[in-house]
Amino acid sequence: MSKRREQGFEHAVASDITPKEIYRDRRHWLAAATVGAAAGVAALTSRHARAVPQAIAQPAPGKLPALAAQKNVALSTTQTPTPYKDIVTYNNFYEFGTSKSDPSQRAGSLRTRPWTVVVDGEVHKPRTFGIDDLLKLAPMEERIYRHRCVEGWAMVVPWLGYSLSHVLKAVEPTANAKYVQYITLLDPAEMPGQNDPILQWPYVEGLRLDEAMHPLTLLTFGLYGQVLPNQDGAPLRLVIPWKYGFKGGKSIVRIQLVEKQPVTSWMRAVPQWYGFYSNVNPDVSPQNWSQATERLIGQGGAFGGLFAPRVPTQLFNGYGAQVAHLYQGMNLSKFF
Amino acid sequence: MSALQTPLVRRLLRLKAVKPAIFVLCLLPLGHLFWRGWSDDLGPNPEQTVIWTTGLWALRLLLLTLAVTPLRKLSGWAELARLRRMLGLFAFAYALLHFTAWFGLVNGFHTGMALRDVGKHPFVLAGMTALLLLLPLALTSTNGMIKRLGAARWQRLHRLIYVAGVVAVFHFWWGKLAKNNTATPTVYAVILALLLGLRLWWAWRAARSRRAAAAQGSSRSLA
Repeated sequence: MSKRREQGFEHAVASDITPKEIYRDRRHWLAAATVGAAAGVAALTSRHARAVPQAIAQPAPGKLPALAAQKNVALSTTQTPTPYKDIVTYNNFYEFGTSKSDPSQRAGSLRTRPWTVVVDGEVHKPRTFGIDDLLKLAPMEERIYRHRCVEGWAMVVPWLGYSLSHVLKAVEPTANAKYVQYITLLDPAEMPGQNDPILQWPYVEGLRLDEAMHPLTLLTFGLYGQVLPNQDGAPLRLVIPWKYGFKGGKSIVRIQLVEKQPVTSWMRAVPQWYGFYSNVNPDVSPQNWSQATERLIGQGGAFGGLFAPRVPTQLFNGYGAQVAHLYQGMNLSKFF
Repeated sequence: MSALQTPLVRRLLRLKAVKPAIFVLCLLPLGHLFWRGWSDDLGPNPEQTVIWTTGLWALRLLLLTLAVTPLRKLSGWAELARLRRMLGLFAFAYALLHFTAWFGLVNGFHTGMALRDVGKHPFVLAGMTALLLLLPLALTSTNGMIKRLGAARWQRLHRLIYVAGVVAVFHFWWGKLAKNNTATPTVYAVILALLLGLRLWWAWRAARSRRAAAAQGSSRSLA
């Protein structure tokens, strides 16, 4: 099953693969060039800065092909990224099983090439994109985002991708388009967890159109300088950093613009606990536990960091300055 | 019955070493957890590993404690009764560790924060209730307390373990419901239902035979 991972990612376009040395050099150069810029945008992120802002992410220890990207400092946190090994072994991806270690152990069966994404619905120009078209649609950026799981843990991830808005603009939404729903691959043979009726498959998530168009909403193809590992949602997924992690659909095959608010998988499964918005909010805990604090994964220390204190969770996961206006006048306890 | 006719299991259960052996067995999950912590092997989220492991073992030991009497009655191995108190105390010890991990690691020992969580979330309230139900049982587990309370009253008090079992399984089930993943808690619920159901069945049968005996007695006196 892990054969494919051993062999590596089958990358069709050679030009997408940049030799690691060149790639790392470029990152150093970019980092140096952006130090000045970093100071200017520090206001965006300084609230979350831990110790010294670090200019570049740690090099990826994985074996996957590199994915070249320009660092977007303005939209990146200065927090230290979570170690790669934690990001690729501690996953919620029920398509491969419900335990955190299932995805990294079982996702080898997912074939990520060939891969197409249908973008249709309330649009003037519906299109089917091949994965290579999408990789080239807009300049790839590295953005270091905070990632908050509804379960009460958090990571800091150097994602690679570009704003979803690039794709949405390409298909020209009609005036009726109010929401975007995105659908994960349905294939129980490659995604063994789909044999378990724990959720109604395929996995569906959605955003309001203005949320989907927000520059922070990232169509994501990689992490830590490399293409996404299967267990993190290869070959492409969404990352919405001010919402709980489950809003970010993985291994997406269809993006539909729709008029009515979509019913997402978790809303259907446990409606009293999961709302459409699922914005990170320390004061609203419709689930079983308090969302007031979070445990940052991979901090190290004695007993694997067991005794490191939790940190307070911030409204909109600390992205309030960028996104709070989307929810002006809304009762966030009601629309959780 | 001579020693030779006694079944091997019963003879083994009578060995002095049995209790210390079970004691060590009950400590193994904690030892393993400690070893994992020592060797930096608690996984990416050590807090969750510790809370889940201690909670799961508390529940398993609680069910084991509840299994002692049915097993003894069904097998006839009276010696099993000797192990019940120790299993119950270990269940309580793991529950206390589970609580301490939650209180310390999740709430940073902030009583106010923990109490808000208890008040707001039935899942947390259930866990807390189960622990508080076990507390008087642990405190009155000594021979001295049995004497002081009197066997009948002591036994009535210790029926609280049935309630604790139900509440604890509910706590587990409710927790997993958050991820819509209640398969494992359902297994625990079925085992608990079986253990409590057997007791109900036996109690019902005993009551029926008592009534039958009473009816027979009274009809005879009428004759």
